[in-house]
Amino acid sequence: METSVKKYEEFEEKILNADDFIKPEKVKEEILSKYPPKVARKKSKQIIANRKDTENKHLEIQANVRTIPGIISQRGCCYAGCKGVVMGPTRDIINLTHGPIGCGFYSWLTRRNQTDPSTTPDGHNFMPYCFSTDMQEREIIFGGEKKLKEAIQEAYDIFKPKMISVFATCPVGLIGDDVHSVTKEMEEKLGITIFGFSCEGYKGVSQSAGHHVANNGLFQHVIGQDNTVKEGDYKINLLGEYNIGGDAFEIERVLTKCGITIISTFSGNSSVDFFANSHTADLNLIMCHRSINYVAEMMEKKYGIPWFKINFLSAGGMSRSLRKIAQYYGDQKLIDRVEEVIAEEMPPVIEAQNEVRPRLEGKLAMMFVGGSRAHHYQEMFREMGMIPFCAGYEFAHRDDYEGRRVLPNLKVDADSRNIEELFIEKDAERYNPRISEKELEEMKKNGIKLRDYEGMMNEMSDGTIVIDDISQFETETLVNTYRPAVFCAGIKEKYTIQKFGIPMKQLHSYDTGGPYAGYRGAINFYHEIDRMVNSKIWEHLKAPWEKSPELAAKYAFE
Amino acid sequence: MSALSMNGNKKLKEIIMLLRHTPKEIKERKSLTVNPAKTCQPIGAMYAALGIHGCMPHSHGSQGCYAYHRSTLTRHYKEPVMAASSSFTEGASVFGGQSNLLQAINNIFTIYEPDIIAVHTTCLSETIGDDIPQILGKARADNKIPEGKFVIHANTPSYVGTHVTGFANMTKAMVDYFAISNGHKEPKINIIPGWVEPSDMHEIKRIAAELEAPIVMFPDTENILNGPQTGKYEMFPKGGVTIDELVSAGSSQGTIALGGLASGSSARALDSKCKVPCEILDLPIGIKATDRFVDTLRKMAGVNVPDTITTERGQLIDIVTDMQAYLYHKKVALVGDPDQLISLTEFLVSIDMMPIHILTGTKDKNFEKRIEKITADVPHEVNIASGKDMMLYHQWVKNDPVDLLMGNTYVKYIARDEDIPFIRFGFPILDRIGHSYFPIVCYRGGMRILEKILEALMDRIDRDSTEIAFDLVM
Repeated sequence: METSVKKYEEFEEKILNADDFIKPEKVKEEILSKYPPKVARKKSKQIIANRKDTENKHLEIQANVRTIPGIISQRGCCYAGCKGVVMGPTRDIINLTHGPIGCGFYSWLTRRNQTDPSTTPDGHNFMPYCFSTDMQEREIIFGGEKKLKEAIQEAYDIFKPKMISVFATCPVGLIGDDVHSVTKEMEEKLGITIFGFSCEGYKGVSQSAGHHVANNGLFQHVIGQDNTVKEGDYKINLLGEYNIGGDAFEIERVLTKCGITIISTFSGNSSVDFFANSHTADLNLIMCHRSINYVAEMMEKKYGIPWFKINFLSAGGMSRSLRKIAQYYGDQKLIDRVEEVIAEEMPPVIEAQNEVRPRLEGKLAMMFVGGSRAHHYQEMFREMGMIPFCAGYEFAHRDDYEGRRVLPNLKVDADSRNIEELFIEKDAERYNPRISEKELEEMKKNGIKLRDYEGMMNEMSDGTIVIDDISQFETETLVNTYRPAVFCAGIKEKYTIQKFGIPMKQLHSYDTGGPYAGYRGAINFYHEIDRMVNSKIWEHLKAPWEKSPELAAKYAFE
Repeated sequence: MSALSMNGNKKLKEIIMLLRHTPKEIKERKSLTVNPAKTCQPIGAMYAALGIHGCMPHSHGSQGCYAYHRSTLTRHYKEPVMAASSSFTEGASVFGGQSNLLQAINNIFTIYEPDIIAVHTTCLSETIGDDIPQILGKARADNKIPEGKFVIHANTPSYVGTHVTGFANMTKAMVDYFAISNGHKEPKINIIPGWVEPSDMHEIKRIAAELEAPIVMFPDTENILNGPQTGKYEMFPKGGVTIDELVSAGSSQGTIALGGLASGSSARALDSKCKVPCEILDLPIGIKATDRFVDTLRKMAGVNVPDTITTERGQLIDIVTDMQAYLYHKKVALVGDPDQLISLTEFLVSIDMMPIHILTGTKDKNFEKRIEKITADVPHEVNIASGKDMMLYHQWVKNDPVDLLMGNTYVKYIARDEDIPFIRFGFPILDRIGHSYFPIVCYRGGMRILEKILEALMDRIDRDSTEIAFDLVM
């Protein structure tokens, strides 16, 4: 897939390499000088001035390593990645947290992964609910397996769900509660799928470990349970799309318009029913590479379903992705239809771009988000004429930054070694390679790359800054130095940035907005950024007496 | 894609319920908690620590904890919430978190330069048995704590008590670490305000100022979590109780603790450690509880109550006499924390309303006894529970509907399903502003509660009124 950076490189590099633009190397030095030596040495590998050298396109970055204690990172834990991110958006599973009350409470409805229960016959929707075993001291001392068993029984008796999943929290692994043996026992007793996740918060170094744990669980217990083949052409699964603010609804609208059939989405607007027969699709499309690449690889190994990376964020990304899908199938009907749809959808998008560009052109944007959006949103900003000059992921790995080509060189460190890597074999009956290796090679020659991801740094201009797992201190320094027009990250950064007098767009939750995917989403996003950057409130920050504090006084005799 | 639509179409409303799986029939649940009415200790400790000036709260545990706590507090206050974490990995969970905590202390003082770090523990560090005082001793010995700076700690395991317990434990730590008696009784009163909003703390300080009674308040989150937009970011805003003030608390002539659960243990600690006598009162929400607070303060401080305060009280009473018709015997269902609910229930009963479902997630026998006593004369069956969850609260409401719901933001799902007017009260409030700027304590706070109650009830009357009965003047 042709990268988008070429169009914008010249414009951006002119600004970034100008004399009066503070160079990344200088800011990096300023940041490192504040840190204790050990911290500086480590962080030095995570703060990269993105410059091209003659051989490699870009430099190496250190990622997915242990968080430095006390540094104030954006990161969360394994449980959050497993329960909050991947399993949470599935509306008809009872997601039962085995642990003290906090973990379940803080992940209760706090993510805007929207769902539409009207698309599943039974209309089950447990998302407004929080289920927990609320472990007390008694369970910590004597074990909580009995309580977990009872809780599963009570959940089944009252709610009659199709499936129950159990999430282990920090104490569980330490006290030796075996969620897997309990869930297996209850599954046999109750006759519905019940399984557990060993996603204790201390596992791995971030949410990323939890994604992997969740992918493993879904693959082992849910995918492949139902062999029904649905009606429809060009059957795909949309992986790594969580329907924040309705993104998946908009993507589905466009794909359906093109005649493409979505078998399942992992995991926005999802139901276990859809996961169960996702293996009947012909192609897996990946949005968020970091959180779902595991399922994609495993489905290819077991069922022969190929995958490639797409980006439905930004008009350019959407159009290129649609064309790539059409090229992959090689079906003239689809190729033509896709062009029709693009031609129809683009005019209002161009109009919106032209409307906001005069107010946004040349302005700086920074984004530090998750494991995917910090890359995929850059083109959206570019379409408005803005410059994404500073970006980074919270919990991504080196392949998300530098591209999958670095995978063979990656060594799994001590912290991640305990995250299970499943050994997958071809399914005896259902393995059916949708595309031969020969065809794959042909496609590669024609520019359609499967099983690949170029990574973020490849698509950023010379002179940009890339920071992995940005700290509070780095955030403050960057904002003070560059005073960008907009800074994007998550809720914990939202009000800090605003206190600087700088607009802040949440790219995890989208604040209260969205969708931002697809064509209508892009229009929404342009207007949203325009609103934030050009809001009148920023003019009112200083009172008159703060702006011109002439002394006002009276003589005592007056 | 069909979008869920609930506006106007009553028939659709009947089918599309947000909490569609909650049955009306109540079955006892011994092990499964559904929709909790409480959360865990550490977040309370974090909130209390933020009430110390120049303080960095520190979570000794897995980094998921502080990420979640910061997120929840930030959504409630719409303000920056700073805290650091020991970021335990699996190795630390096995071998102990000493190295993580020592590193964290060094990094925090070097990079962020707070005056004080307030460490609280999590289920992880408690389960593995990390000895925090021993680790802090080592930090001191290794010169990781700069001269003139402090590190305090509280043990706050998440599997004991609730968020209120965590708040109480961190507040008590402030006494344990700092309060010293200088041998005299200085003419000032300690006020431990309990888990209330910065606006409430401001209001209590204002009352004390009107009474000309010098006080020391701790913790104090005013100008920490309700600060202004100035275009300049400050990690450690100007509010918060200072360490000098905490030290001086040991020499005050008395302590008033507001809210037994949140503040009682600190007041008793000041008494046993520094011989500062204490009075443990209910949170001053409503007429009677505020009367008790003002009366206690004026007697302890030996001051008179100025006319301005008596007038405020009179205004509150005036609203009730004017609007009694709209309040009389209206049924209310409350869910929240014990300290708040005790005073609120008393307030509602005192103005002839009928709180008939009162539930807290915190297990507390004293709460149940107090509420039973307060509601003894309510002419209706009253459901009281502690240590239960919001699913039960919802089921109570299904079985015996009410005119008004009061609770945190999660109650809005119940309000929508059951079509009952709803007022946000307590913690967390994630979807409206106002609570951090305008008080609910004392007389003016009581007026605000009444304004909200009446607005909700009267909007509903207007909404459901027939054409014939629709009144201009109400």
